Amino acid sequence: MRVALFVTCVNDALFPSTGVATVRLLERLGVAVDFPAAQSCCGQPQFNTGYRTEAAPLVRRTVRAFAGHDHVVTPSGSCAAMVRRHYGKFGAEAADLAPRVYELTEFLVDVLGVTDVGAYFPHRVTYHPSCHGLRLLGLGERPRRLLEAVKGLELVELPGAEECCGFGGTFAVKNPDVSAAMGADKITNALSTGAEVLCGADNSCLLHVGGMLRRREAPLRALHLAEILASTEEEPWR
Amino acid sequence: MSGTFVGMPAFPEAAREAVGDTTLRANLRHATRTIRDKRARAVAELDDWAALREAGKRIKDETLRHLDAHLLRLEESVTAAGGTVHWAADAAEANRIVTDLVKATGETEVVKVKSMATQEIGLNEHLEAEGIRAYETDLAELIVQLGEDRPSHILVPAIHRNRGEIRDVFREKMGSWGRPAPEGLSDTPAELAEAARLHLREKFLRAKVGISGANFMVAETGTLVVVESEGNGRMCLTLPETLVSVVGIEKVVPTWRDLEVFLQTLPRSSTAERMNPYTSMWTGTTDGDGPSAFHLVLLDNGRTDALADEVGRQALRCIRCSACLNVCPVYERAGGHAYGSVYPGPIGAILTPQLRGTASEVDASLPYASSLCGACYEVCPVAIDIPEVLVHLREKVADQGGKGHRLEKAAIKASTWVLDHPGALGAGERLASATRKLHPKRLPGPGVGPWSESRDLPGLPAEPFRDWWRKNRT
Ligand code: SF4
Repeated sequence: MRVALFVTCVNDALFPSTGVATVRLLERLGVAVDFPAAQSCCGQPQFNTGYRTEAAPLVRRTVRAFAGHDHVVTPSGSCAAMVRRHYGKFGAEAADLAPRVYELTEFLVDVLGVTDVGAYFPHRVTYHPSCHGLRLLGLGERPRRLLEAVKGLELVELPGAEECCGFGGTFAVKNPDVSAAMGADKITNALSTGAEVLCGADNSCLLHVGGMLRRREAPLRALHLAEILASTEEEPWR
Repeated sequence: MSGTFVGMPAFPEAAREAVGDTTLRANLRHATRTIRDKRARAVAELDDWAALREAGKRIKDETLRHLDAHLLRLEESVTAAGGTVHWAADAAEANRIVTDLVKATGETEVVKVKSMATQEIGLNEHLEAEGIRAYETDLAELIVQLGEDRPSHILVPAIHRNRGEIRDVFREKMGSWGRPAPEGLSDTPAELAEAARLHLREKFLRAKVGISGANFMVAETGTLVVVESEGNGRMCLTLPETLVSVVGIEKVVPTWRDLEVFLQTLPRSSTAERMNPYTSMWTGTTDGDGPSAFHLVLLDNGRTDALADEVGRQALRCIRCSACLNVCPVYERAGGHAYGSVYPGPIGAILTPQLRGTASEVDASLPYASSLCGACYEVCPVAIDIPEVLVHLREKVADQGGKGHRLEKAAIKASTWVLDHPGALGAGERLASATRKLHPKRLPGPGVGPWSESRDLPGLPAEPFRDWWRKNRT
């Protein structure tokens, strides 16, 4: 099995460790990974802010970058949702990419058919299912099943898990007060679980929630699911 | 007279105030969460919910496609049943028609059934200016009216008030509108309801003119339908001699059969009841039974403009259940008033800019009053893809290039250029990484201030992913 990694612009610049973890995890599971260097941003921030014309060149670039790849894997529910739900609005060639893009947990559970990826992560973890993964992709129980199979990991329920963390791309900048109030409630809920790690499958949400956690110097860190799944007894993740 | 929404600030500013109001936050949090959970249980009881939702969507879409024909059929049926139909292109025309109808009866008082359409056109304020007093009879509307307040929720306009606040409003204001609140009124629900009952009973028995809206209008028979919980609406619909109903043109359904779907989905979505306590239906007039004169005012007021918009028109499917408000994390924190219209929450954010346009600051800011989390779409009983319409309206607002959007467009264009040139992108990332020790935890500069107020940036990585890949995998 050979896949192309769609790392996403946020991960490339701010969370390369998530990209590295995804590569290690997939390779450990016997998957050969390509990284088409022409890739960049999927165009979601532009599109969702109302700039469809400005999103178009990025959509075209993404489509070209992954031409010829049957399985494109991305550690971002929100970018996968952009491709799957909205690329159809950018013409036939763009629409053609949609069914070939898999969010990481979809690829692991549906295509590879694994839930136990042989990971080891001896920590108390709570999981925030980001909205786009939850509602636009319908990831359902996949992330939870993967986490439950991780050795040493204690998964604790996040109260109000399905509620938005308040990031919402430019929403966080255009409506900062409401966004921060939503983030604060998410954090309060996460802290109430006594978890050491707040896990998510979308680093843009974790950028927002993690940023608030750092500001408060809270005893909880935000971490992408891929990094937990990449962690093994031989090679523990940080 | 209740307050109005004229001259509202843009959503973010209005929301800031609400976010800081701890009583309001607590009231809304408690109320929306309670109803949210109840709704989920009421909906989960039906194993054909998805089919009902799809059917509701289809009925509304098909009706909207031939709206003109259905409205003419409705007019014919209502007229044949003894009613009179009036067509109002906008709020001013509707207000004028209603005022003239009331004046023709010689009355100076009317009782009102809770109605969004009459709120939308500001009917009470208009009547007041013409010397006619309109009494709201829905309990929550009464609280809003007595408190000279504005509605903040579609179903529960006084959702922002707690029991103590309601008791105070009743004690202070009931006397100047009619029968005063009983001595020593407490804040128990039973006592508050009893005070309202006594106060309102007086008005029902005296009123000669009733004014209502309608949840549905059936074209084939000319029947209007009001669903409610309290029974106060039924009093207004049956006791007066003259009944005037102001109804948005999108409320028509072709046949009785169609009601089967909505009378299941509306109560469960709205009050989380299997069936609402009172469903009133009337067809024209009947001798010796109910009002002897019935007028139907069909209201456009921007609806045909919305209908012309291929993406936006789905907002006209709305049956005003308010489920989208109750699940919305933004509504819960910003409150209903911040939306600057009688239609708050997610539906307001897509309906108001279509009905009123986006010329005012608050209307232009509404499409952005959402994190696009999609919770509203998930619960909507007529499957309105609210996030899709929000993005569509953002495109329109950005296109018109108003305040702040020219700068934004330039910034977006620049970001697209950089992202479309991975060479430049990589160079920028590398430069940022190489100088990362110098980077502040908080972003400097205009525009990003709000971000930095409550969040730190992550430490920048030593190198971007693409560099790691080049070094380790090629
Ligand atoms: S948009 Fe849908 S959920 Fe919201 S009030 Fe209308 S029908 Fe109900």
